[in-house]
Amino acid sequence: MGKIVGLTGDETAAEAMRQINPDVLAAYPITPQTEIVQNFSQFVANGVVSTEMIRVESEHSAMSACIGAAASGARAMTATSANGLALMWEICYIAASYRLPIVMPLVNRALSGPINIHCDHSDSMGARDSGWIQLYSENCQEIYDNLIQAIRIAEDKEVLLPVMVTLDGFIISHAMERVEILEDEKVTEFIGEYKNPYSLLDVDNPVTWGPLDLYDYYFEHKRQQIEAIEKAGEVIQRVGKEFKEISGRSYELMENYRLEGADLVIVAAGSTAGTVKAVVNQLREEGVKAGLLKIRAFRPFPVREVSQALKNAKAVAILDRSVSFGAEGGPIFLEIRSALFEEAKRVPVVNYIYGLGGRDIGIDEIKAVYKNLERIAQTKKIEKLVGYLGLRE
Amino acid sequence: MRIGFKRPESMRNSPTHYCPGCGHGIVHRLICEIVDELRIREKTIGICPVGCSVIAYDYFYFDMVEVAHGRAPAVATGIKRVQTEKVVFTYQGDGDLASIGTAEIVHAASRGEPFSVIFINNATYGMTGGQMAPTTLLGQKTTTTPFGRDAKEAGYPLKVCELLSSLPGVAYLERIAVNNPVNIRKTKKAIKKSFHLQIEKNRFSLVEILSPCPTCWRLSPLESLKWLEENMIPYYSLEVVKDSVPLP
Repeated sequence: MGKIVGLTGDETAAEAMRQINPDVLAAYPITPQTEIVQNFSQFVANGVVSTEMIRVESEHSAMSACIGAAASGARAMTATSANGLALMWEICYIAASYRLPIVMPLVNRALSGPINIHCDHSDSMGARDSGWIQLYSENCQEIYDNLIQAIRIAEDKEVLLPVMVTLDGFIISHAMERVEILEDEKVTEFIGEYKNPYSLLDVDNPVTWGPLDLYDYYFEHKRQQIEAIEKAGEVIQRVGKEFKEISGRSYELMENYRLEGADLVIVAAGSTAGTVKAVVNQLREEGVKAGLLKIRAFRPFPVREVSQALKNAKAVAILDRSVSFGAEGGPIFLEIRSALFEEAKRVPVVNYIYGLGGRDIGIDEIKAVYKNLERIAQTKKIEKLVGYLGLRE
Repeated sequence: MRIGFKRPESMRNSPTHYCPGCGHGIVHRLICEIVDELRIREKTIGICPVGCSVIAYDYFYFDMVEVAHGRAPAVATGIKRVQTEKVVFTYQGDGDLASIGTAEIVHAASRGEPFSVIFINNATYGMTGGQMAPTTLLGQKTTTTPFGRDAKEAGYPLKVCELLSSLPGVAYLERIAVNNPVNIRKTKKAIKKSFHLQIEKNRFSLVEILSPCPTCWRLSPLESLKWLEENMIPYYSLEVVKDSVPLP
């Protein structure tokens, strides 16, 4: 048996990393991620992990060190938030294009400026085109489960891509919850040993990483990357099934919460999904056919699964905790609206931008969204395509 | 009745967010006194870092810019190149200047950008809760080096003044501390000299100020002064590291 403990999101991530026991961890402190690496460094100091810890001077160097370590055949990890991820930007793209299975918890925080340390998804959504797989976590348990699965997904021969596991800054990272922790041996066995098929250390089979790639082959290499992240969808599902065997908890690309026969559906990612679930339960008791589609994998985006789940809804609202400036709606909205385009029957979809810079979202706001969906379902009219929740205007 | 001691005009009347025994408040006040004495409040522009002094603009009663972690010298360069007549200074901690922003400070110094740098060294990342910084002393316990910094795995403490001293673009480097009244006066003199060099000679200079962090060092304010004297000063000696433009 494993154990049931009370941990914050950051402590949970550190605990998962202790069990993963990466060969290398390179990191730089940033609020609200700091406690992950801080807790992990205690494991290093106590000798309970065999990780080589590199206390680098910036996130740009953290990700660069991970690239060097991963290319040398090591299992490499880091963790960051917001501006730290932004500073890594250049290297994030390179990690993905080198096909290095680096796994990174990202504690979601609003990007500067103005400077802010609280949660929104502007950081991870900004990195959505970097080639990383993205798994969003609703609560501490999911952080743990996602991180362990992420190792398998990243290192799968069909994939070989870096994975970002997100958790909402402060809301989850600093809140204590009940978490089920598996036995160490079970995790060790589940993740297996990392064998990089093209290790720099293998001098008998010499390779060059990241050489100049111009108009002759760059395009083909990008096509390979596209194929790899497409394949990741199946791998995420397969790993989710295998994880159920050791944990009893199953994971898909997304979670359908009371979607069966649901007329009014909200789509959300991260901790807000938990709040929506509470509202769905209330509304169902009142006889309202409400449901939730929770996004777990945002990259690769599960187009078919999403359209399948939403095609019979009478009205759908997508909650975005970030802005795509100048676009008509937030990043999740744009994906979902596009995914529904192929459906014969037009499903009315609206978008709500919420929670920027850590602005709280509560039951009342979510109820108001369902109320609006009810109106849309009845009138078949969308008055406002993109709205805002909890904003002073 | 004559009032002999009052808040400098350049200092806003706002409650401090700094911990008891922290050195930031002292240095803030010194800067404000100098700005008042030089009568440059209407032409001073300060640049806030990321770190404990991230909201220093709440205390300075002149124009301030808040910038990304470590980038203050680059932003200051942009400001000073456009507003050449203004007095520009960056206010940066060691987690900012000596870590994520090492490239910026080295290259601003190398180019000899004519602004002043006030560099607060407390040998830790204070804002994030006391992790190891590049300036952390060997053997110093932090939350990421719980048994003390070990050179084998975490390298040696970075001496910023010495690092910059070989650059011809640098006019003046002094390391001082705010551990006692004598040194506080010397700190004021050093900052004033740095401002003079900018205003009169159009030169780059940096004043490194050793400053206590009782919270992250897990010491009382008094103990932390003692710790600074017994541990920091022997390694980060208080001296004028470079002075190529002695003032008359």
